[in-house]
Amino acid sequence: MQDLDALKTDILSAIQSSDSVAELDAIRVDALGKKGRVSGLLKQLGAMDPDARKEMGQNLNILKTEIAEALAAKQALVAAAALDAQLAEEAVDVSMPARPERHGYLHPLSRTIEEIAAIFTDMGFSIAEGPDIESDFYNFTALNIPPEHPARQEHDTFYLNQDETGARPVLRTHTSPVQVRTMEATEPPIRIIVPGRTYRSDHDATHSPMFHQCEGLVIGPDIHMGHLKAVLIDFCRAFFGVDDLPVRFRPSFFPFTEPSAEVDIGCSRAGGGLKIGAGDDWLEILGSGMVNPKVLENCGYDPDKVQGFAFGMGIERLAMLKYGIPDLRTFYDSDMRWLRHYGFVPADVPALHTGLTG
Amino acid sequence: MKFTWNWLQDHLDTDHDMATILDALPMLGLEVESLDDPKDRLGAFLIAEILEAKPHPDADKLQICSVSNGTETLQIVCGAPNARTGLKTVLAPVGTYIPGLDITIKAGKIRGQTSNGMLCSAGELGLEGDDSGIMEMAGEAGVGTSYVEYSGLSDPVIEIAITPNRGDCLGVRGVARDLAAAGYGTLKPIDFAEEAGSFESPVKWEIAADAEEAVPLVSGRCFRGLTNGAAPDWMAGRLLAIGQRPISALVDITNYVMFDLGRPLHAYDGDKIAGDKLIIRRAKTGEEILALNEKTYSCDEEMLVIGDADGADDLAGVMGGERTGVSETTTNMFLEIAVFDPISVAMTGRKLQLHSDARYRFERGLDGESPVKMAGYIARLVRDICGGEISQLIIAGAGVDWQRQIAFAPARTKALTGVDCPVDTQSQILETLGFSIDKQDADNWSVQPPAWRNDIVGAADLVEEIIRIYGYDKLEMTALPRDFVVAKPAFDPQQRRAVWLRRTLAERGITEAVTFSFLKHQDAALFGGGDTALHLANPISADLDCMRPSVLPNLLQAAVRNVNRGEQNIQLFEVGPVFFGTGPSDQRIACGAILQGLAETADWQRPARKLDVFDAKAHLLAALSALGVATENLQVTTDAPDWFHPGRSGRLRLGKTDLGIFGELHPKLLKHYGLSAPVVGFEMHLESVPPVKAKGPAKSLLSLSALQPVERDFAFILDSDVRAEQLIRAVKGAAKPHLTGLTIFDLYEGANLGEGKKSIAIKTVLQPQKATFSEEDLAALSDAIIAAVAKHCGGQIRG
Repeated sequence: MQDLDALKTDILSAIQSSDSVAELDAIRVDALGKKGRVSGLLKQLGAMDPDARKEMGQNLNILKTEIAEALAAKQALVAAAALDAQLAEEAVDVSMPARPERHGYLHPLSRTIEEIAAIFTDMGFSIAEGPDIESDFYNFTALNIPPEHPARQEHDTFYLNQDETGARPVLRTHTSPVQVRTMEATEPPIRIIVPGRTYRSDHDATHSPMFHQCEGLVIGPDIHMGHLKAVLIDFCRAFFGVDDLPVRFRPSFFPFTEPSAEVDIGCSRAGGGLKIGAGDDWLEILGSGMVNPKVLENCGYDPDKVQGFAFGMGIERLAMLKYGIPDLRTFYDSDMRWLRHYGFVPADVPALHTGLTG
Repeated sequence: MKFTWNWLQDHLDTDHDMATILDALPMLGLEVESLDDPKDRLGAFLIAEILEAKPHPDADKLQICSVSNGTETLQIVCGAPNARTGLKTVLAPVGTYIPGLDITIKAGKIRGQTSNGMLCSAGELGLEGDDSGIMEMAGEAGVGTSYVEYSGLSDPVIEIAITPNRGDCLGVRGVARDLAAAGYGTLKPIDFAEEAGSFESPVKWEIAADAEEAVPLVSGRCFRGLTNGAAPDWMAGRLLAIGQRPISALVDITNYVMFDLGRPLHAYDGDKIAGDKLIIRRAKTGEEILALNEKTYSCDEEMLVIGDADGADDLAGVMGGERTGVSETTTNMFLEIAVFDPISVAMTGRKLQLHSDARYRFERGLDGESPVKMAGYIARLVRDICGGEISQLIIAGAGVDWQRQIAFAPARTKALTGVDCPVDTQSQILETLGFSIDKQDADNWSVQPPAWRNDIVGAADLVEEIIRIYGYDKLEMTALPRDFVVAKPAFDPQQRRAVWLRRTLAERGITEAVTFSFLKHQDAALFGGGDTALHLANPISADLDCMRPSVLPNLLQAAVRNVNRGEQNIQLFEVGPVFFGTGPSDQRIACGAILQGLAETADWQRPARKLDVFDAKAHLLAALSALGVATENLQVTTDAPDWFHPGRSGRLRLGKTDLGIFGELHPKLLKHYGLSAPVVGFEMHLESVPPVKAKGPAKSLLSLSALQPVERDFAFILDSDVRAEQLIRAVKGAAKPHLTGLTIFDLYEGANLGEGKKSIAIKTVLQPQKATFSEEDLAALSDAIIAAVAKHCGGQIRG
């Protein structure tokens, strides 16, 4: 038995003092291998009498288990230390920059159009579109703009070269022609908005020869100015995200609406900046009115039976006011610095359930 | 349209203060553009008296003045040569802002002498006048009183914007009438009684036959024995306040009446009219008139003119002539009060590019009765100011056809506005505005607009008048009926695609641009456009004279601008219209992108990679994929248009459908724009992409194999002109239906392969269908692939 104890002490201390996988493996072979010291004692069991053999056998098995456990424990320690050492060696300077990635941005105009669409969708509108190159009829005549009207002059309106029929196509000066096209093609009720490109012969700090408008048209039984007021107030408040935004309706004049209303929103210029919301000043934001009976007639409707309202707003102006963009001309310059600053990441999808305020 | 607060009160009897009226005007449709209250600028300036002026001990040009401000005596150092003992002048007390100098006066010392304020010249107050010294006030001016009050400058000037339909508000009286109708006072009566006249006008009207339609009504009368001089102070002061320079009493009277009653007049010097009649006629082509603005205008035969025996000397309704105009020495005047056809006046003014306050009013339509109705009032005004005698009135023309009856049911007001405006209120509003109503029965009124409201033609106009005066603030917010509790999508499938495209490309690192729909026609021609039918007849600049056939040229220009700003690696896309004709169906929605410079910039881990055709191809494929196109089935052809590099560009097709073009831009084009290669791009038209068949939201059933797929690599030696597409098609054909993945992972062309040869290595993923592949199965599949490549591509497996 003393031999066994000495053997145990010898082997366990060897395990204890070992610090490498290879050494531990050598100890294992030396102790538990086929020709190992414990295995050698096991081989001697056959020569022993049954009682001694039983006792010796049990002791040897215990010893074997103890050695195996000690080896496994030590091996785990050594492996952990080796892994630690390896990881320490693998360390990098994590303050080095990540691989560069390229980010694309969406233009504030398409963003604003989507916001407008999200709000009007909830009010039951759909989107209508029409051509940028229009006829005189759709852009002017049908909208009750007479031939001598100043808006038809060349210094206001872009015309294309005369075609073979003598007609001069016009670049639409507003999105209102789509009202006419829609009424011609559709029976009431109608509830549409028409975002799109429009063109006027103007180029200075506050005018661009191309800009964007969003027209709206609601035709239906008993649609009146109270509906117009609700739709536009709800729109303005939702768009600017200001629940108590003051909205004011003022009488105005447009050839295609009667009565007509200009819509102002409240703002404050205190401290030099412009803030949308309750304040001491007003900002003109859109034009609107009940569709002029002559327009209804021109579209083939009976104005005694059908009525509705229309409105039009400048999309750039809405975007400028909401997002604090100071200069109209910068919208079309495609300056990467501007687009990165005023643009929107594509993951930021404007929707009523996630919000519209960028 | 400008007027002063006191001027308004000539016509409006009101207890309301100015602030209330200013708030009321916009709610009547008369938008207030500005308010200039001289009190705001000059309220602090006081009348003061110099009690003593003595020389400054240390400065030759300065004096030390003892100045009384009415309550105390101040010492003020003054450099004006006219500062002298006993002079009444204008004092800016300490703390006053001096508009003419843009400084605020502080107490201080000037050359060692205390100075508590400043004595001012007219210029220092921002006023016209003698600026050689400080202002000299009359002896009766009360020391210590406000300068603006004393000088009559205290009348605030209000400017309002008038919408084109409201010609009647281009006179102060019209504005007052609107305010009165809205309950802000009463319209003061005005004495429009006719004036009989004491002699027959020696000048007669004649309207030529070809001008009759354009001259429905004109009146005129002579005035003799006039004394023309300066207009009275009250009139000159008001004209000055609204920015009109006083000229002489006769001219100022015509101007004053124009702004007061919206009634333009023209005054001839009776002694300068050749012959005894004024003829209103069409001009002769090339006939010239030296107008009152001292410019000569050459007329055409559509223009209406007025002339005498010596020829035309008045552009009817636009501007009078110099030859027959009144001067300071005029004693006999012939005064014209006309209504001309507004379109005729507008066309003449437009052609001659001649703007005038008269034209502005004529072309918006005048009171159809005014030539007769206002003649007596105007005659008395002339006589009151200039004396003399008044002739009988002469009238020509068939009369203005302004009378019309509008059938109106008061219930229409509620139908259009939702507002329950009492019937009595409706009629009261209309009557105060000058309408007359014949109430045939409760639901059936016949309404006649007044002669000055040419804009009112139908029931909707009457509703506007009623609700405008009753108040837009009474409109009740009324929610639209909600046909669906949960809203339907607003975008149709095509509109939705544009949204997807934008997001897809932005997610891929490309930034959205919005550029003009036009460009210069030379650039349009480089991209297959430039047809003269798409040229603008009146472009704003030669750079923007043609509708674009493609979004690429404007994006290239944008890239150039960015490069010039020092920007690198520009990646821009645009989704917008392009034009192939002038009809609605000739317009397409294009989606295109331009990428310039590096695909990947160098960093510490990897080298830079230049852009190439495959970047463009990847973006186009991603765009198509976003629209639901199964891109693995597309073919590539090499017939991209000639603005691309002929060997590095292609066209993606689905069967015969052309889906889009991609490639490196042609070097000649890049040279034209001044961009350095490589620039790659793509363009597609949304309309070309076939719609995804609507099958409902459910996706096809997914069946997943439990069997492990196997990867097998092959390398083939092929003739150089065999296209990758052919190889892929051959492999797909041979390995169907097991082939679930195919990647080309190597392309090699080297001398060891032999001239005209290349090697393409592919990795295939083969999916067992019913049972795990045996070695024999795999060998058979490999053999089939190799055989197909040999057959269709002439390729050999590389040993």
